Parts: sequence; C-alpha cells; structure tokens
Amino acid sequence: MPLALKDILCIDGVRTTAGSKILEGYVPPYDSTVVKKLRGAGVPIVGKANLDEFAMGSSTENSAYGPSRNPWDLARVPGGSSGGSAAAVSAGFAPLGIGTDTGGSIRQPASLCGVVGVKPTYGLVSRYGLLAFASSLDQVGPFARTVEDAALLLEAIAGHDRMDATSIPEEVPPYVKGLESGVKGLRVGVVSDWVEGEGVQPGVTERVRAAIESLSSLGAEIGEISLPSFRYALSAYYLIAPAECSSNLARYDGVRWGLRAPEAKDVVEMNVRSRTAGFGDEVKRRIMLGTYALSAGYYDAYYGKAQQVRTLVIRDFEKAYERFDVLLGPTSPTTAFKIGEKADDPLAMYLNDVFTIPSNLAGAAAISLPCGLAEDGLPVGLQLLGPPMSEGLLFKVAYAYEQARGPVDAPPLWGRS
Amino acid sequence: MGPIVSAYETVIGLEVHVELATRSKMFCDSPTTFGAEPNTQTCPVCLGEPGSLPVPNKRAIEYLMLIGLALDCRIAPHSLFHRKNYFYPDMPKNYQISQYDLPLCVEGHLDVDVDGVERRIGITRAHMEEDTGKSLHVGTTGRIAEAKYSLIDYNRAGIPLVEVVSEPDVRSPLEAQRYLTELRAILQTLGVSDVRMEEGSMRCDANVSLRARGTEALGTKVEIKNLNSIRSVSRALTYEIDRQQKALDGGDAIVQETRHFDENTGKTHSLRSKEEAFDYRYFPEPDLVPIEAGDGWVAEVRAQMPELPRARRARIASEHDLTPEQGAFVAASPSSVQYFEALLASGAAARDAAVWMAGELARALNEAGESIESARVPAADLAALIAAVKEGTVTLSSAKKAFQDAYTAGKTPLQIVDERGLQQVSDDDAIATVVDEVLASNQAEVARFRAGEEKVFKFLVGQVIKATKGQASPQVVDRVLRARLGDS
Repeated sequence: MPLALKDILCIDGVRTTAGSKILEGYVPPYDSTVVKKLRGAGVPIVGKANLDEFAMGSSTENSAYGPSRNPWDLARVPGGSSGGSAAAVSAGFAPLGIGTDTGGSIRQPASLCGVVGVKPTYGLVSRYGLLAFASSLDQVGPFARTVEDAALLLEAIAGHDRMDATSIPEEVPPYVKGLESGVKGLRVGVVSDWVEGEGVQPGVTERVRAAIESLSSLGAEIGEISLPSFRYALSAYYLIAPAECSSNLARYDGVRWGLRAPEAKDVVEMNVRSRTAGFGDEVKRRIMLGTYALSAGYYDAYYGKAQQVRTLVIRDFEKAYERFDVLLGPTSPTTAFKIGEKADDPLAMYLNDVFTIPSNLAGAAAISLPCGLAEDGLPVGLQLLGPPMSEGLLFKVAYAYEQARGPVDAPPLWGRS
Repeated sequence: MGPIVSAYETVIGLEVHVELATRSKMFCDSPTTFGAEPNTQTCPVCLGEPGSLPVPNKRAIEYLMLIGLALDCRIAPHSLFHRKNYFYPDMPKNYQISQYDLPLCVEGHLDVDVDGVERRIGITRAHMEEDTGKSLHVGTTGRIAEAKYSLIDYNRAGIPLVEVVSEPDVRSPLEAQRYLTELRAILQTLGVSDVRMEEGSMRCDANVSLRARGTEALGTKVEIKNLNSIRSVSRALTYEIDRQQKALDGGDAIVQETRHFDENTGKTHSLRSKEEAFDYRYFPEPDLVPIEAGDGWVAEVRAQMPELPRARRARIASEHDLTPEQGAFVAASPSSVQYFEALLASGAAARDAAVWMAGELARALNEAGESIESARVPAADLAALIAAVKEGTVTLSSAKKAFQDAYTAGKTPLQIVDERGLQQVSDDDAIATVVDEVLASNQAEVARFRAGEEKVFKFLVGQVIKATKGQASPQVVDRVLRARLGDS
C-alpha cells in the first residue's frame, strides 16, 4: 500500500524541505528510522507531502511552497501541520500517510479531512531522521482511511530504536489482533468542557454527542469529567514548543547546508541574512518567543512555569484515568476553515489545537477518527485519548465505533468552490 | 617582577577540561582518532545533520563517574544534560550538550603536597559535555571577524569532554601547578584520557582574584584562557596576580572580565568584559533522558578503580624502603612505576633502581624533552648496566657516562661500554704502571704524604683514576698505591 510521507522525515538522497526555504537544496545523507522501517515492511513511498514550515501551523498555509487544500472543499485548509499527508489520504492519492504531531498536527488535519490519524505515545515511534520542531513533544504517526489500516501502519513504524535515546524499550504489541474485542463495560470519560465549550461549532458538538450515544449503545459506560489544568495547556505549549524550536532551528545558519545568503561581509551577517531570508513569519515568531522565554531572568517565569503546568496536566490525566479507561471529545473545535481566514491571526490559529495539545504535553496516546459531517457538510473528528502506551485500547474503541458508524462518504473532490 | 609579599591573599579556582580517551564520540559512533584528515571522523549526528539525535556513550559516563570517585565526589543519583545555546560555526548544532545545574559528580576534593605541606583543594563539580570542532580563520589576524574565509574541521566535534571545577581554594601559582600535576597523574592512572596539554586533550582556565589578607569576601575575579601547559598556568597566574596587586595598590578597581594569556609575551590581555558575556539560554536537553546513577552501577564502576597516585607513592616508598622523594619520583605515573618494576624484575635492587631513575634517567629525559613512556633505554638494559657496576666490571662514573651516551646514540649502555673500552681496570700490573707514573710526576705530594699529611693520599688516588679515565677500580688503586708508598 503506497504512502505519502510528510516532508520532514529524511530519505537518503531525496530532497527534504520541511516546507522551508532555509533548506533549499538540502539532500539528507541518511534514512530516518521510520523510512527504514517502511522499506522493511515493503511500503512504497509515493511522494513527500506538504506541511506548515517545520510543522509550525494548523492549516498548511505556512509552507514556503504554497498552501495545500482540503479535498472536501478546495477553498478550505486541510488543517496542519501534516495537511499534505491528510489531504493525500482523504483524496485517495495514497491509502496511507505519515505525519508528525507536536500539538495536534496529525489529529487536527485528520479531523478536518475526514480520515483516521494517530498521535502515538511519546517514544513509541523513533524520531531519528525527523527534523525537530519541539523535541519533547514531536511524535511520528499514521494516517489512514480506516482504523485497521492505521493500526497496521503503526505496528510497522513503532518500536525501540537505539538511535533515539527517548525511544521506549518495550515490545510493540500486535494492535490488529485485539481490534474486535468490543467496548462492553469500558469506562469512557467525556471531557465536558470540550464538547460544549466556548468556540465549539454546534455541528461538532452534535456529531460528538451522536458518537457518545453510539458507544453507549455498544455497552460502554459513559461518564463526564472536567480537567481544570487543561485551560493552561495551550499557554504552556506556546512557551515550551517555541523554546525548544528556538534551539532546534539554530543549526540552520547557512554554514553547512541549505540556503546561504550571498556576499555577507562576515559570518554573523551571513547567519542573520540567511535566517532572515530562509525562515517564514510563523517560524520567526516562534524562534523569537522561545529565545525570549529561555533568556536569563525570564526562564523561571516562562519556561519554568510552563513545565509546572505540564506536570499539572500529567497529574490531571492520571487522576482521570483512575476513573476512566479512555477519554473522549472533539479533535478540533471547528470544521475546516477558509484559506486565509485565520492566516493573519496567530492566536485564532493556535486555538485550533486547544483539545489536542494536552496529549502532547503528557506524552500520551490519542486518535482522531471521522464521526460524520457537520451542518456545513464538512467532516468532524472524534478524539479518543488514553494514557501512554494505550494504543491497543484506543484502536479497539475506535474500531468498535467505526464498525457501528459504517463507511464514511468520500470527499466530493472537485464539487465545490 | 618582585616577590609577592603582601597585604593581599590570592584566591584561585581552576576549571580543567579533559578529553576522554573513549573509542567513539560522546553521542554517536564516530571514532575519536587524533590527527586524522579533516572531516573524516564524522557522521550525521556529530555533524548536527537535520533530524539526527544524540545517544549517550555509556563508557564516557562511566569514565566521568570514575573521575568523580577518584576525587571523592558524591555521585548524584539523578543528573541531567542541558543545552548551552550560542552561535559559532565550529559547533554544528549551534548548541553544546553539557551538564549544567545537575552534574553527575559534586562536592569532592583533591589533596596535594605543596613542598611538604598538605593542601586540600575542594572540587565543586565534575561534569560531562561534548567538544566543538576546530576553526581555521584564513586572513592576517586569524580572527573570525576579519577572516577572508574560514575552514572548519568537525573531527573533534562531539568528543566527550569532562570539566573538573575546583573551589576557589588554591592560594598561589605553585599550588595551582601542584594541583594540576596531581590531577593529571590521577587521570593518567585512571586511563580515561591522554591528558596531553599540548594536543589539547587537557585544557585549563584559571579564575583569580585578590582580597585583603584576613578578610573573607572574595575580590573581583578575572578568568584567564589559553593556558596550554602547566607552566603557562603558573606564568599567567604570576603575571596576573602582579597586575591585580599593582592595580589595587594604585587605587584602581579590578574589572570582571575574561583575559587571554599570550605565550610569547607572558602577559594577559582583556578578551571580553562581564557585560559582553553570553546568555547561553540553558534548558534541559529534550533529546536525552536523565542519567540515573543507582548504587549498583556506582559500585560496579568503583570496583574498577585502580590504585591512585597518592597511595601508589606511599606503597612504593614503604615497600622498597625509599625516601619520600624517591618514592614520589618512581610512582609519579603508571609508566614510571612500570619502568621501576621492570628494573626490579631484571634484577636491580630497589634503591639502585630509584637512584638511577631519579638521577641519570630523569636527566636524560629532561635533556631530550621526553617523558618516561618514550624512554629510549629499556629497563632491562639499564638493569644490566646497574649489575655491571655491582659486579665491578664498570665503575659508577663510567656507567653514568655510558648511559647518557647510550641515550643519545640509541644503543644499549653496555654496547657503549664495549665500544669505548670503558670496562673497569682491576689488573694490578696495569694499575701499578699508572701508579708509578703518577708518583713520578707528583714527587712534592709524595714527600708531603711521607711527612704525615694523610689527606694527600686521596689526591693521589684521584690522580690515578683520572689518568685511567675513570676506569680503574678504586679498591685496586687504593691497595697498589698504599703498597708502593709503604715500600719506598
């Protein structure tokens, strides 16, 4: 089964752009572990998919090579940052896709494009050969049109890698084996603030409610839960991720590879001019934010505080999982928005990830799968969240729901706009 | 420069960087070979290729732990790597992975002997980091800002580096010298580094300040960089102490700054002030997990601890009944002990071995500017020479001469003895002939001896030995001379 690979994972000898001009002409001299595993599993990579520059964005508009479009409505964004992979799978260009999820970059585009997307437990899939955005949050994961395909693809790419010190040294269980065991007696916690929270589109609430009904009728025990620390998760994320990115992206300086501004009078000017010309606005914004957050005198107030919030989020999750096996909510507060609609309002754009970010902060697993169309005729994503290493459980719940839901419509590719 | 008398007390703290002698680099499999073709000992990880990740070298961490244990440090059960962020082309990622506020080894000390007085120097910490590449700035000044172009060799990038930071307990350039010598001996004994300052595998920065004698508060400190030998450290400190003292005497304040030591002029000059100091924006390295040094692991490493120089010196001195000075010389390094033991194994007596090593061997090495590892006269050959002296076939003075000549000629001392006919002459007739000649040409002295002036006898013995170029057996000369003088 052919696969679309987000253009932020290295293939030996194949250009890698990360959607950025700064990597102009860069050809990696090695394979990422994910690509090695895909080769080993006999999965052909049909192409590299577009993305927001260095995976920073929620719409794939921040690509130096132009925006990607949503197969459900070409005037709309596919979500991001793995929008290219999600759109390719949704449009049927490839049955499988690989994305990366730092704050929702697999689940949100999966939701907006009506496909399945998995954010695995941090450390389950090797990051070796993944161009880093925020190292403590980045995780590679699959896109597919069905839960079973997503489970198979994750089995193929997961597993311990000695090239990644944060890789989990445990065996990967066969996810597909337990898919059909059902949800009877399983405790599902609905995150109440998300389902009917501020800014959640009515059609999204409605579809998620219907999915809850469906799981209930399959025998799951439904309860409600409120997670107070999650209000701060977005702010914490927008300090931690930029802080790490400001350091990770320091290596793009015109010295060794990629874009080098010509005719600089010295090395500092060469660094500054290369970076000024090579990075887009959103990347620059985050580098500046992160540099500031790590500066002497500000570290404790910003980065330090954000790490405390991260600990609170982890604790809230742990408490929730004492009562529930999995949590449930929408993936994104809205369906796909118009290209350009939020491009000039970074804060509005950041709010897209408000339901996905907590799982990244906690290093936990989550999955997004289609749960029907909203009042605007666009796909809505149902998000299932579990503790670290709960992928098997999440696939089982997702599969049960998917079977009850029945097949979803294909996007009316050229029908709109 | 006058002696440092003074109203001031010198306060010195030393930061020593040591490149570890592991086979592979700190965070990748690239080899650490010194002096290879530029950019051949590299891989995606140490070149900082996009997407590459560091994986710690366990052996390097164990070496650090060994260093910490040898310095009586506490091994932190939980320690971290941080990122130290700054832009410089010889650092591929534009950040250096280094331990920061949670180092592996803390609160140790090193006891050094300063001319018979024992001084305990506190060790603040010993931590792990990675080395940078090397830049060559082509242009008249050799500085990056004025370079026509720069070349970078990343072979050194990522080599494991340990930094040992002392407390400000060092009180003089001499103490600094002794501290560094002892630290180097320990590192050498542990086998964790080549500790060659000239090749950069051991580097030192010194912090120095003065304060009014009897006060506790520290004065404003200056950091000195570019110290390429233990002697440089001592020279730079001596200069800097004098400079600060003159400034303070003249009513000037000391500026907190980093100063560069110029090997040629022996002076320090300002590099950058505190205001120009970098903000490294340290934060925990997210690509690595914490080092969890459990009791089991620490015990395992402790079990590999060899005998340390201090204990070795004491043991060698007492086992072989040597003076403390001889013991210190013989036990100065593992190679020196090896040489000593090889001498004993070849039959030399411990005292003789120690005397020869501290005397003739030390002189030859000194003159050749070599260390004992490369000693050109093997222990077995020196032992044979010592035996020849014992047996009376070569006199001591001939033996010393043969040894020095052998060292420069690259031959064994006994070969030199043979070639130059330096064997001891013990034949009564041969010696009698010389004695007669000497008596004939020193009749005045003979007369004085006969008149009861006994000390003239010694002079006459000396004349005979001199006439035989040191080869005559002193005992035989003594006997023949007495017989001749008594006869007449």
